[in-house]
Amino acid sequence: MDYEPVIGLEVHVQLKTKTKMFTRVAYQYGEEPNTLTNPVIMGLPGTLPVLNKAAIEQTIRFGLLFGSEVPEISKWDRKNYFYPDNPKNYQLSQYDQPLCVGGSVEIELPGPSRNVMGEHKTIELTRAHLEEDVGKLTHFENDSLVDYNRAGTPLLEIVSEPVLRSPEECVAFLNALRVALSNAGISDCDMEKGQLRCDANVSVRPVGSDILNTRTEMKNLNSVAHVRDAVAYEIQRQTKVYQDGGRVVQETRRWNVDGGFTSSLRSKEHAHDYRYFPDPDLMPVKIPQETKDRLLGDLPELQFDMQRRFMEDYGLPYTLTSVLCPDLPLARFFEAAVAVYNKPRQIANYVANDLLRELAESGNEGEGGMPVSESPASPESIAGLVQLIDDGVISSQIAKAVFAEMFKTGKAPGDIVEAKGLKQSTDTGEIEGICREVIANNPKPVEQFKAGNEKAINALKGQVMKATRGKANPKMLDDLLRKLLGD
Amino acid sequence: MAEAPSNIDIDYVAGLARIHLTPEEKETFSVQLGDILHYFDKLNHVDVSGIEPTAHAFPAYNIWQEDVAEPAFAPGEALLNAPEQRQNQVVVPKVVEDA
Repeated sequence: MDYEPVIGLEVHVQLKTKTKMFTRVAYQYGEEPNTLTNPVIMGLPGTLPVLNKAAIEQTIRFGLLFGSEVPEISKWDRKNYFYPDNPKNYQLSQYDQPLCVGGSVEIELPGPSRNVMGEHKTIELTRAHLEEDVGKLTHFENDSLVDYNRAGTPLLEIVSEPVLRSPEECVAFLNALRVALSNAGISDCDMEKGQLRCDANVSVRPVGSDILNTRTEMKNLNSVAHVRDAVAYEIQRQTKVYQDGGRVVQETRRWNVDGGFTSSLRSKEHAHDYRYFPDPDLMPVKIPQETKDRLLGDLPELQFDMQRRFMEDYGLPYTLTSVLCPDLPLARFFEAAVAVYNKPRQIANYVANDLLRELAESGNEGEGGMPVSESPASPESIAGLVQLIDDGVISSQIAKAVFAEMFKTGKAPGDIVEAKGLKQSTDTGEIEGICREVIANNPKPVEQFKAGNEKAINALKGQVMKATRGKANPKMLDDLLRKLLGD
Repeated sequence: MAEAPSNIDIDYVAGLARIHLTPEEKETFSVQLGDILHYFDKLNHVDVSGIEPTAHAFPAYNIWQEDVAEPAFAPGEALLNAPEQRQNQVVVPKVVEDA
């Protein structure tokens, strides 16, 4: 019998705020242990939590971005458990009245090749709620150390419906979330800093069946590759259990990164009983329609909507849109240039290839290149460069050098062309002289061309270009050479 | 109308709270907790038809602050209550759990 997987993901995303969720102590990654705490974080008696307005607004923005319902009233609950990562012995969270209900995320699966768009699917969300992150434990031989810097940081938990059907869909889902959340400034989603972590619930069932079989849960997967591999392994493992006539046990399993397998964590007599109850210290949140309208006006376009628009409105090929659209600052740079000079295809090529390459090679060590916002070459200058080519002032060959100079100095392309004397020569007399010389000095290609070898003319063009340092207008040069050779 | 709460599972509740009870204590607390539940059960007999549910006892909403940082504990201050510390961190018994 063939089996198909049923996968649901719970994605935890650290919101981009300056302070924590329920108290105004700052949060930053990579600080000295236990320097970002205060009496609330340490759970001292007599302290009271106070909501972070920015975190709530970011969560509402998430809901609006993915079409969730944002109920008028939302409340806060305590999730009770004993573990040293949280000094209060409960985590503040949302149980039955979360900030976001439903919604969906559009994903794109890998296409048959990089140049071809893959299948798109819609992944429904169950809900998204706001809670506090917990401290970080480091385990040693005989004891563990706790750092509470991360404790209390706003954490958005996004829960998908169990509608994912392959490890590839999980990857696409996480990527779509990552792009949208970082473009909207909701989270940086830097997985190396633990800003996006994922729990995967996996079960398998006979193909065509609509039952939900017993599932297992893999917790705290902290890279997209781990999610993909852990899910793939678990699908195979469970399928084999059923094929061998066995029974899958509901349990939490650990993904062993080095070994590439999942293993059962000590099985429990009974499931966790978190004894959720409403937190009496926090007042509910009431979100009027005006707030939602205001926040809605401030949301960026989703990448796939933008991609469709770029293909339709600008006639760009899929490959260019797939470079530009996931990177909002780059896409905006492109649109700013097109607004100056309406040649989208040529401008997109410069932005997606030349500009991106220069950016990648610049910037500070270890920071993954220079952000486009700091590019010395402006949208106006790239538009200007394309226009200079169109107007026949420079060849596209020369334009490469002008672009490099633009990026280095931030100067306008026209000024660079002027200062360096890079204008294409349209002085027929001068070029004709050089052509005659080249023809005289290169009898072999001349012979070949006259014998019908079309390509031989390129060798002559190359010589003329060399002599004019690339400034000969290619069209004019072609006409001239043919005329002279025909004599 | 809901049934009166059945007898409390004292072992389960003590386990969740991580406290150890003697047989005598179990007897005493079972009765006392049962009384408390019976007391609260009175709420089930109040007619609430036509009354809109609320999320909190007080009709106050949006008690929040702007996202502006205030001073943190000075280094070391956070750990004053820690029974043991090392490398500016709290030392706890090794507990590896999945939660």
